[in-house]
Amino acid sequence: MAGPGAPSLEIRSLTVRYGELVAVDGVDLVAGPGEVVTLLGPNGAGKTSTVEAAEGYRRPSGGSVRVLGHDPVTERSAVAPVIGVMLQKGGVYPGMGPREALRLFAHYYPDPRGPEELLERVGLGRAARTPWRRLSGGEQQRLSLALALVGRPRVVFLDEPTSGVDPEGRQVLRDIVASLREEGACTVLTTHELEEAERLATRVVVMAKGRVVASGALEELAAQAGPGEVQWTSRPGVDVSSLSLLLGSPVAEPSPGRYRVAMAGGPGPVATLTGWLAAQGLPIEQLRAGRPSLEELYLRLTAQARADEAPGDGPGDGQQGLPRRPRRGRAAG
Amino acid sequence: MSALLAQAAAETRTTLRRGESLLLTIGIPVGLLVFLSLAKVFPPPSGDLSYLVPGVLALAIMSTGMVSLGIATGFEREYQVLKRLGATPLGRPRLVLAKVISVVVVEVLQVVVIVAAGVALGWRPWAQAGFSAAALAGALAGTAAFAGLGLLVAGTLRADIVLALANALWLVLLLLGGMLFPLGKLPGPLRSAADLLPADALAQVLRGTLGAAGGVPLHSWVVLVAWAVVAPLAAATFFRWE
Repeated sequence: MAGPGAPSLEIRSLTVRYGELVAVDGVDLVAGPGEVVTLLGPNGAGKTSTVEAAEGYRRPSGGSVRVLGHDPVTERSAVAPVIGVMLQKGGVYPGMGPREALRLFAHYYPDPRGPEELLERVGLGRAARTPWRRLSGGEQQRLSLALALVGRPRVVFLDEPTSGVDPEGRQVLRDIVASLREEGACTVLTTHELEEAERLATRVVVMAKGRVVASGALEELAAQAGPGEVQWTSRPGVDVSSLSLLLGSPVAEPSPGRYRVAMAGGPGPVATLTGWLAAQGLPIEQLRAGRPSLEELYLRLTAQARADEAPGDGPGDGQQGLPRRPRRGRAAG
Repeated sequence: MSALLAQAAAETRTTLRRGESLLLTIGIPVGLLVFLSLAKVFPPPSGDLSYLVPGVLALAIMSTGMVSLGIATGFEREYQVLKRLGATPLGRPRLVLAKVISVVVVEVLQVVVIVAAGVALGWRPWAQAGFSAAALAGALAGTAAFAGLGLLVAGTLRADIVLALANALWLVLLLLGGMLFPLGKLPGPLRSAADLLPADALAQVLRGTLGAAGGVPLHSWVVLVAWAVVAPLAAATFFRWE
């Protein structure tokens, strides 16, 4: 059972069913102190159901979940003091302000963080007395985040912490996740925003249709995604067939004036490219070369699931749509 | 301060901060007490304080347990407060207990204000049979019955429907509850139905135990205790936390 060596989070063959619907279908996930695991995936991928099973809200239909060695459903009293939870929305009395809510939560835990310190950390000092229902969406999210930290948790679950958050809130979230990592807490967060996943995570778990379709450190995932890519913008409608031959890889124009080619983005090939453009007298407005983005991999991995996906499946998984970054066509070839 | 007491204090504070809740739990009962005892719009004994004060106390208990608690809990469920607190060391049993404490605290405030208003109007219960432990038992049974009803509605329906339904039930029970005027004027079938409702039973029990002549009809105790058992059980069975 719970030993000093128990992982922060240990999910084995987790299945969560809602009646006929299988929301989580055999997920394995083990995480330790100081890790920041990001569950990434489209609607209905099973991210929230997985997290809610770990928080003790869902009894697994199959498999097992352990938090620091304890079952979050049957050993709730052992798990509740050591976890911090941020729900997708809500969670605070509508008439209660940030300071009062933080003070109340401080009474629940043996060694709580001070309400004033937390107000400061999430930048809610000025709104400390404003009732929850009158806070902006971003302020509500920051308060929910602060409430997740009151008990000095060793495992933190943040469900869609960036949804509806302003730039200031994003910075607060990044700072807090960084300090949780330094303190040796294990952080599990869900998002459908690739940029946040890339910034925050030490490990990314891509989910689709209740299954883990890829998992690993960013570098590992990038390696899986292929050699790399170069993108640039120039005059639309250029005949790039000779360039494709020159580079040894087909060049695509997914949208007018935007070109991309799958190849290693080293200085040599880039020089070949820019030399060709110069010889043709073509301008370059933007040029990006390097390892493939997580987005590329993500889109590839989830494409099949998205194609099959009926609208509205996936209970408990937020209302948000696909990635917020502008979607681009995939490189040909 | 322990988590339970902190929670009970927070529940009480948020209740007393809601203006509409104060209006319903204290303003309207006291207003009706003063108006009906002075204006005597209903036939005797409705205008008598020995009839009116216990009836208004029953109304106050109904307002707090069924409407104020029910609506607040319905919105807390909708705002995921109940779900969020379920993941803290407070836990659900202590959350429910804190709500019970908060309801009792509000009821004590109501009793103080209503009794003070009644005495100011000339109510002298101690000149008659006097207060009894049975009145307290009746008040507790009434609290259990109405709080059970409030939580049953709050735990099974959407918050905006809880809001509408709790207020509608309050009005129906105000008219059919025998709290402000006797049920004798109602048409037969309606009266038979009203006899089975917890409102009239609580009003009868409080009247009989707070000094009115004639004591408490046995069937009032039976009806009240039955509601006090069935309503919380139903709430516990059907309540959905999210």
